Amino acid sequence: MAIELKDVEHLAGLARIAVSDSEKEVLRHDLEEILAYVSEIKDVAAELGEPAVGELHNVLRDDEGPHESGVFTEDLLAAAPAREGNRVFVKKIL
Amino acid sequence: MDIKNLTIKQAHDLLVAKKMSVLELAEAVLKEAEGSRDLNAYLEIFDDVRAQAAVAQKMIDGGKATLLTGIPLAMKDNILIKGKIASASSKMLEHYVATYDATVTKKLRDAGAVFVGRTNMDEFAMGGSTENSAFGVTKNPHDKTRVPGGSSGGSAAVMAAGAALGALGSDTGGSIRQPAAFCGVVGLKPTYGSVSRSGLMAMASSLDQIGPFSKTVEDAKIIFDVIKGHDPMDSTSYPDTPAEIENKKPKVIGVPVDFVHAKGVDPRVLENFEQSLEQLKKAGYEIRDISLPSLAHGLSVYYILMPAEVSSNLARLDGVRYGYHADGANLADDYARSRGEGFGREVRRRILLGTYVLSSGYYDAYYGRANAVREMLKQDLAKAFEGVDIIATPTTPTPAFKIGEKSSDPLQMYLADIFTVPVNIAGVPAISVPSGFVEEDGAKLPLGIQFIAPHFGEEALFTIGQDFEGARSF
Repeated sequence: MAIELKDVEHLAGLARIAVSDSEKEVLRHDLEEILAYVSEIKDVAAELGEPAVGELHNVLRDDEGPHESGVFTEDLLAAAPAREGNRVFVKKIL
Repeated sequence: MDIKNLTIKQAHDLLVAKKMSVLELAEAVLKEAEGSRDLNAYLEIFDDVRAQAAVAQKMIDGGKATLLTGIPLAMKDNILIKGKIASASSKMLEHYVATYDATVTKKLRDAGAVFVGRTNMDEFAMGGSTENSAFGVTKNPHDKTRVPGGSSGGSAAVMAAGAALGALGSDTGGSIRQPAAFCGVVGLKPTYGSVSRSGLMAMASSLDQIGPFSKTVEDAKIIFDVIKGHDPMDSTSYPDTPAEIENKKPKVIGVPVDFVHAKGVDPRVLENFEQSLEQLKKAGYEIRDISLPSLAHGLSVYYILMPAEVSSNLARLDGVRYGYHADGANLADDYARSRGEGFGREVRRRILLGTYVLSSGYYDAYYGRANAVREMLKQDLAKAFEGVDIIATPTTPTPAFKIGEKSSDPLQMYLADIFTVPVNIAGVPAISVPSGFVEEDGAKLPLGIQFIAPHFGEEALFTIGQDFEGARSF
């Protein structure tokens, strides 16, 4: 599986990670090598059918009994890099 | 007091007999922790250890002691303790303060345990040497030019240095067992779902599991018994240990011969493993050769599924709600710069790899097929356990390697996990128990043997582990 520099740039864009030019070539080489190693499973898997899927069941709690409003607000906002009142502050996107 | 060799069980007996106070024990451990700072095993030694000790002493004086009351424990830096920094050894979370207790933290706190500090690790638990920490490598107490293993390398190193009586780590592909082997201590990866992951920073959610480090198998059981159990906060936690698990004494050990003799396994590791099997025979176990060809695919499956899950789980770290923030020209630029600067090299590599195997056009070829092979591996293992009670392998293919030896070659680093990874893929429990030493450059480097049991077979692991401790010859 040949990986090109433009593939690395595309992946970095999808992952929202800024990658320096000097690192792109290292990543290209590493990804190519790792993908070559793991590609052996393609031959193994070719002989297998679809994996069995377990029975679906709801693992989430019922949407009831919410905690009192505001009890965690200060703790959580204290962790935000920028805030404005009781909101996390971000740059405008429109 | 010989703090380096003191076990949890022994310390408990001394505490309840009032032959030692919790504070005396805590001071002795703190002295070792201070004295071994050059290892860089603790990222932080907590400033409230003495206050915690006072709380534990009250429990003992009030006759409410559990086996862990007053016992100084170390926590891997990816497990939350409310009010303490939890950084996962990442620049991304360098100043992040936990806003709640992990379930395991709460259970240990309720049992009266004393948290000594948080331990160094590979960033976000990605690595096998602790070299990927944003805060410097941890050194192996047995040879300071070598790595302690990883990713829970700090927890393993503080145990070997006598700077805690027990420690917690997390194990996604071997991150408890491999450093335990490298540092000559016991490490348990419990059955997936037996210990709550609530409050553990997610790396690869279908593989992650919290487990203990200890000096003895008995101590590992003491910690496991406290932290296990169903938790509604973790949707993958099992309601209860299924009733059909019979706790019969294990007798037959299966050895996947072809897998164990794979290319790249140090002959000294194999020799030590054969000796261990001889000792187990003398202790009454039957050794049987088995064939498990699918184990050889474990690493490939792992390096597809794990990065896929990593790329999803770490998407939450965006420099907006918490963690490292770098200011860019616009919001998209904020994201890219915060993540580009906040994450280290290995984390960036795995996120990109995961993004690749999940991307349109490659999803079926990689992620889909890896899941199919995962199922095959699970079924093959289940079939093997119809004929044997325990499967044994060396824990690692080599003893601890030199700092810097593999850091520029990710694939070589990944191969250090070859024996431990299949266990996480199948979700079964496994324990690493010290099995001896090899001498190199004048240092005695520890080795470990890994015992694997079927789902919820922890009791069988404790039984064989203790039998092995009694039978081994060093």
